Amino acid sequence: MNAAITAHHLTKRFGDFTAVDAISFEVKKGEIFGFLGANGAGKTTAIRMLTGLNRPTDGEATVAGFDVYRQSEKIKENIGYMSQKFSLYEDLSIRQNIRFYGGIYGLRSKEIQEKTKQILETLSLEVYADKVVGELPLGWKQRLAFAVANVHDPAIVFLDEPTGGVDPATRRRFWEMIYATANLGRTIFVTTHYMDEAEYCDRISIMVAGKIEALGSPHELKEKFSASTMDEVFVSLARPK
Amino acid sequence: MRRLLFIIQKEFIQIIRNKAILPMMTVVPIVQLILLSYAANNEVKNVNIVLIDQDHSSYSRLLVSKIQASDHFTIVAAVPSQKQGDDLLQGGEADVVLAIPPNFERDFIKEKGAGLQMLVNAINGQQATVGAGYLGSILQSFNQEIGLDAMPKLASQRTQPPPTISITYSNWYNPELNYKYFMTPGILGELVTILIMVLTAMNVVREREIGTIEQINVTPIRKWQFILGKMVPFLFIGLILLTVGLTAGKLIFDIPIQGSLWVVFAFCVLNIAAVLGLGLLISNMVDTQQQAMFVAFFFVIIFILMSGLFTPIESMPKWAQYLAVPNPVAHFVDVMRKVLLKGSGFADVAYQFKVTAVMAVVFNTLAVVSYRKQE
Repeated sequence: MNAAITAHHLTKRFGDFTAVDAISFEVKKGEIFGFLGANGAGKTTAIRMLTGLNRPTDGEATVAGFDVYRQSEKIKENIGYMSQKFSLYEDLSIRQNIRFYGGIYGLRSKEIQEKTKQILETLSLEVYADKVVGELPLGWKQRLAFAVANVHDPAIVFLDEPTGGVDPATRRRFWEMIYATANLGRTIFVTTHYMDEAEYCDRISIMVAGKIEALGSPHELKEKFSASTMDEVFVSLARPK
Repeated sequence: MRRLLFIIQKEFIQIIRNKAILPMMTVVPIVQLILLSYAANNEVKNVNIVLIDQDHSSYSRLLVSKIQASDHFTIVAAVPSQKQGDDLLQGGEADVVLAIPPNFERDFIKEKGAGLQMLVNAINGQQATVGAGYLGSILQSFNQEIGLDAMPKLASQRTQPPPTISITYSNWYNPELNYKYFMTPGILGELVTILIMVLTAMNVVREREIGTIEQINVTPIRKWQFILGKMVPFLFIGLILLTVGLTAGKLIFDIPIQGSLWVVFAFCVLNIAAVLGLGLLISNMVDTQQQAMFVAFFFVIIFILMSGLFTPIESMPKWAQYLAVPNPVAHFVDVMRKVLLKGSGFADVAYQFKVTAVMAVVFNTLAVVSYRKQE
């Protein structure tokens, strides 16, 4: 099995409103898959179905080989997730956050210690290990959240607009972490609306009003839409016809 | 199981970091205990009375001096006319107006009977009933006294005194009728239950507001682990509260502790488990801490006022008495009073244990079921 994620006619309706309209796609193992779309296009709902937070209305999907309907708890053991809302505990220290999530994912005490050391080193946060997370600057929080989402070495990491609200240099550093993680063979599923970030992905899909309107590598999409940048591709798709 | 320990540890760290919790566990119970035990007092003292003595006889002066001697009454005024007495009642200065008509003494002796008028402001029903009752008993003893005084011959003619039934009272379990003995254990029970309910109602919804619950929901945490992990620290807080409260009650009011504290603490654990379930249930049903507060407030008011803390459940209408069955505060107040004042043992409060155990199971099952990891 070569696909990390498969979706087939995956649909979510809230009453009369169809947030995600029968989307189908596949994400290969080890790939950085960009999930693009305008605000309200249905990206977050799609990611919430794949991570087991929302139950799909219709269609099929598997994540890490597990079915989203019947094996959502199994999926949860094998994925990491970082939402657009910063969701580590701000009133716990860096060390306590790592310890808590490590414990939740069933890591042994020794493993937790190793992970803590490793994360603190990678992020150069050793001196701040016992500082409350709420006091860190946003860019650091985001990189810490990403590291914590990886604490249990998941097969797939879902990132929902991970770099909102920080400057380009900080975003750049975040993407360096994403690359390093992808190099470990981990699959990255990332939503964003920064088009420069889209260029960093192996493949991207663009959602418009609940449907996937384009899918391919950044290079392919630019050729297909005869555009010179991803910006142009995006605007030509997202603009109402 | 290990996962549960990590959740409990995290909750403890957060609770200790929370600046509001420590004062809530120490200052709040002591202040409430002192304030409520002193103030929430059903004893009727200082009934304001206005006297209208239009007789100015030795009998009327005797009656006035008897009322003066009673510590239940404060004589606010002695006025000559009925009109002035009515005005004082109307104006709120007087709770009771007692009018002694002209020729009271003469009528009593000559006509073998005389009338007095008692006007009672019944807006405060309890004050009125109790005040009128006190005045009634003063009048009764006054009546006996002047009766004997007016009919010396009649009394001496009889070889035996007229038969009367004399009743001696003995107040068990609280011989001095110390109101604080009665209130303090009840208030303690109420305090622990309500504080724990409000604290837990705010807890899960807080994680929802901040967004951390989403992060929790994508982890393989089981629902029961999450709920139980939330419960254990609050159970500890509840037990600390009870300990602080009992110590303060003993030191400040010297409340009696007749029964076994084991029974009290065992019941406390069970009661907190029930209340925690309810608090977490509320927390699961709402979206913001504000909503949680409103819903919790609804329960708090009903639970306290219908708990028998201030007014006895037995004197409520039948339907209200049934409502007291699923009221955790009512049972805690009851157990506290029975065990502390009466020395009741486990067997005497087995009913409360049973009902509360059922509540604990029901509320917590609902809390686990209503906690949704998936929408």
